Amino acid sequence: MNNNKDNISRRNFLKVLGLGTAAVAAPAIVSCAHGDKQSSEQEPPVGKMTYRTNPKTGEKVSLLGYGMMRLPTLDTNGSAREDKDAEIDQEMVNRQVDYAIEHGVNYFDTSPAYCKGRSEHATGVALARHKREEFFIATKLSNFSPDTWSHEAGVEMFQNSLKELQVDYVDYLLLHAVGGGEDAMAEYRARYEDNGILDYLVEQREKGVIRNLGFSYHGDIAVFDYLLQMHDEGKVKWDFVQIELNWLDWHYADEINDENTAAEYLYGELDSREIPAIIMEPLLGGRLAKLPDPIAKKVLARDPEHTVASWAFRYAGTYPRVLTVLSGMTFMHHLKENLCTYSPLKALTDDEMRFLDETIADELMEYNTIPCNDCKYCMPCPYGIDIPAIFMHYNKCLTEGNIIRETASSEYDKARRAFLIGYDRSVPKLRQADHCIGCGHCVSHCPQRIRIPHELHRIAAYVESIKQGKDATAPAH
Amino acid sequence: MLRKIRITLAVLFFVGITLLLLDFTGTLHHWLGWMAKVQFLPAVLALNAVVLVALVLLTLVFGRIYCSVICPLGVMQDVVSHLNRKKNRFTYSPALTWLRLVMLALMVVAIVAGLGSLMALLAPYSSYGRIVNNLLQPLYIWCNNGLAAIAEHYESYAFYSKEVWLKSLPTFLIALVTFVVIAILAWRGGRTYCNTICPVGTVLGYLAKFSWFKVYFDTEKCRSCSLCSKNCKASCIDFENHTIDYTRCVTCGNCLSKCNFDALHYGHPGKTEKAERTEKTGNGEKTEGSQNPTRRAFLLGSAIVATDVALAQAGKKVDGGLAEIVDRTPPKRTTPLTPPGSVSAKHMARHCTACQLCVAQCPNDVLRPSGNLLTLMQPTLSYEHGFCRPECTRCSEVCPTGAIRPIDTAQKTAIQVGHAVWVKENCLVLTDGVHCGNCARHCPSKAIMMVPSDPDDEESPMVPAVDHSKCIGCGACEYVCPARPFGAIYVEGNEVHSSL
Repeated sequence: MNNNKDNISRRNFLKVLGLGTAAVAAPAIVSCAHGDKQSSEQEPPVGKMTYRTNPKTGEKVSLLGYGMMRLPTLDTNGSAREDKDAEIDQEMVNRQVDYAIEHGVNYFDTSPAYCKGRSEHATGVALARHKREEFFIATKLSNFSPDTWSHEAGVEMFQNSLKELQVDYVDYLLLHAVGGGEDAMAEYRARYEDNGILDYLVEQREKGVIRNLGFSYHGDIAVFDYLLQMHDEGKVKWDFVQIELNWLDWHYADEINDENTAAEYLYGELDSREIPAIIMEPLLGGRLAKLPDPIAKKVLARDPEHTVASWAFRYAGTYPRVLTVLSGMTFMHHLKENLCTYSPLKALTDDEMRFLDETIADELMEYNTIPCNDCKYCMPCPYGIDIPAIFMHYNKCLTEGNIIRETASSEYDKARRAFLIGYDRSVPKLRQADHCIGCGHCVSHCPQRIRIPHELHRIAAYVESIKQGKDATAPAH
Repeated sequence: MLRKIRITLAVLFFVGITLLLLDFTGTLHHWLGWMAKVQFLPAVLALNAVVLVALVLLTLVFGRIYCSVICPLGVMQDVVSHLNRKKNRFTYSPALTWLRLVMLALMVVAIVAGLGSLMALLAPYSSYGRIVNNLLQPLYIWCNNGLAAIAEHYESYAFYSKEVWLKSLPTFLIALVTFVVIAILAWRGGRTYCNTICPVGTVLGYLAKFSWFKVYFDTEKCRSCSLCSKNCKASCIDFENHTIDYTRCVTCGNCLSKCNFDALHYGHPGKTEKAERTEKTGNGEKTEGSQNPTRRAFLLGSAIVATDVALAQAGKKVDGGLAEIVDRTPPKRTTPLTPPGSVSAKHMARHCTACQLCVAQCPNDVLRPSGNLLTLMQPTLSYEHGFCRPECTRCSEVCPTGAIRPIDTAQKTAIQVGHAVWVKENCLVLTDGVHCGNCARHCPSKAIMMVPSDPDDEESPMVPAVDHSKCIGCGACEYVCPARPFGAIYVEGNEVHSSL
């Protein structure tokens, strides 16, 4: 599971499992349940993990990849992503990494940018306790800030990654989030080509310091096409590419925002070139784990013993060209649940695939949620707005049916109270949408290409209308 | 019997008014708002003839029962006095008539001359309001916030949390000193404050002299045991001469229940009795004021440093994190703002007793006690925590003195309490070169227009211009302005409110 705050699906899961205790266990489906009548708590089996083969090296990569972006912290209930200043709980990181390796996970994905730069260090500490050949490590050249665009700064960033990770080679190295920026092509060139960093990385691959070279992509499709063209022309061969793929983005990524590209296209392009795909955002930042009640019910009705989140993981894992599916697992119970899903993967049938990416995706699109997956790349807003927290609250109210525009509705007062009180709880007053000045600083950083100021102003107008107790006339997005 | 009825009613009033002053949710005043409006001084200032006549009649019939039941400051003293368990600790003392008359005269002068702060200091109900608002409401809100945290844990919306902040240091100190002084006086001598300082007590005392019902001696039964005098918290029973000073008796009934010989009665006496003498005193209050200027300069300096640091950190290095938000420094308003419904600065100064009920109730944290010497502790507006929202008229609903007259939302959105002014030097459009227009976007009366900063260049950055004919001074622009610590747009008060 990718979403830390969200225990709903987990609760539902336990609930349905609780109901299931009296039933006879179906071992083929419920690979993780004990099947006795006293407990239904899942314990993932050892030695059952599904592996995929990297065509270049022939190495077997676990279908579940551990994303080190949302590490557990001391004294808080969130991850190091929610509370940037909280100290990372290294002991817990070690335990979870040990547990993951014991259950067959061998792919660990980090970046110099994660957890205020502390993720690589924590990952290095945890993995140094294991044999180097037991795991593959992926990190990125995360030169987002223009003051790291020089050749020297890029080299330094890469060398520092080796140092923090306590390794002398990296298994997978990515150009981090290409396709972003106001002029994505120009930004890509400034970050990797003009300064010779790409040449440097290719050179490192030849030396064996980087075993596989690839890129992670969000945003402008021109950059994606350009990089694949380089591959076709033999300028740079990509060993893998990391893309966003899930049952909502399969068809709808471009409809959610016309500057995005449907995952169907991205995967198709990689598949035709036999480039392995690494999947990020299988849960869209947790959004696909917490569906509006009527939709969640439909999914659960198909299989009461498996969570909504597990459907999303099986969906991503079913595509054969997928090398690994990344999940940022903050808590042990996230890890266990995902291990169960992939130990081994029970691939979805075509019918089930279309059920998700057509039937259910169609219905979810009706809800008009803002496609924010809480990646926080837009942050920090120079004026202190907590952009993702505002969007998360708005989406939560939308899926819970607490956005009601007509005062005549019998539910209006209840929804208004839930929205306003919840809003003040999730976002301090001075960080709320009404303080967005529309400077546009955030826009180019959003991998989902959300028109952030426009959406914030829309939400501010909605809040103002319900505060005044008037019918909301906020424009649709 | 009289004592029991008195205690029951007093508890009801006391708890009711205290809850009214504690409540910040705007629910209780629909039921309890009248309790503030039947207070004597607020009724005088509101020219509320019905309440005044009723209170005068009440006193002429039953004596100073007002002081024992309706006045929360009086009941508070009884509570404090009751906590002192030492028995038979009071003695008769002659009245300090000169002091009482001087205090009364001061009050009259303050009302006539419109000296708001002097009036506020002497008003008993308002003193209690300040004590509750400054000393008790923070505790109340913290408890509420605890419950809100629990509610949040269970995803319930039954409670919401509210910020606790020091709205005015001088007012807090005055409330604290008032409480300490009155509590000490009450602990030692019962109703000393009421019978030496309180102008309402003096007025009602002289009325009570002529009350139909009163406590009187049955001289034939009295054995001069002194128990009545020793238990009179008003020190008004002279058992030796069988006289009671009715200007000071608050008809509490304690003496009746203490007398072992049934020698004291409450009712209409057959013959009238008189008695007066002089001695001793209690103590008044002190004011303390004005923030230390060096401290303010220091705070300001550190705020500026903090901004620089925050801006330096704002450059994008890693994903996530929140930029620091520097506290807004309130602007220096040439004319302070008064709430919609208060008609004018003069009307406010003349009618407000600074009971803090409006401050306690303001849901947007806009109202706070003034620090200005002439209007000390009377409400004024500032927009660091929120703005005066168009749908809210709560202060005008709760004001017991008529200082803020009742208005509805339609009237409210047409009353011009002030007008926005733009501070060119601070505007981010010019200093940081960003697009903004947040003031115009949030102006509820559409009084702000974005115009090119260079009149000759249509393409130049857009800056706000205020149409004063439409501006009502609600402060939305000031609240949402991103320039910190000094805002780029703020509201100047209108001395006399005008209407659109």
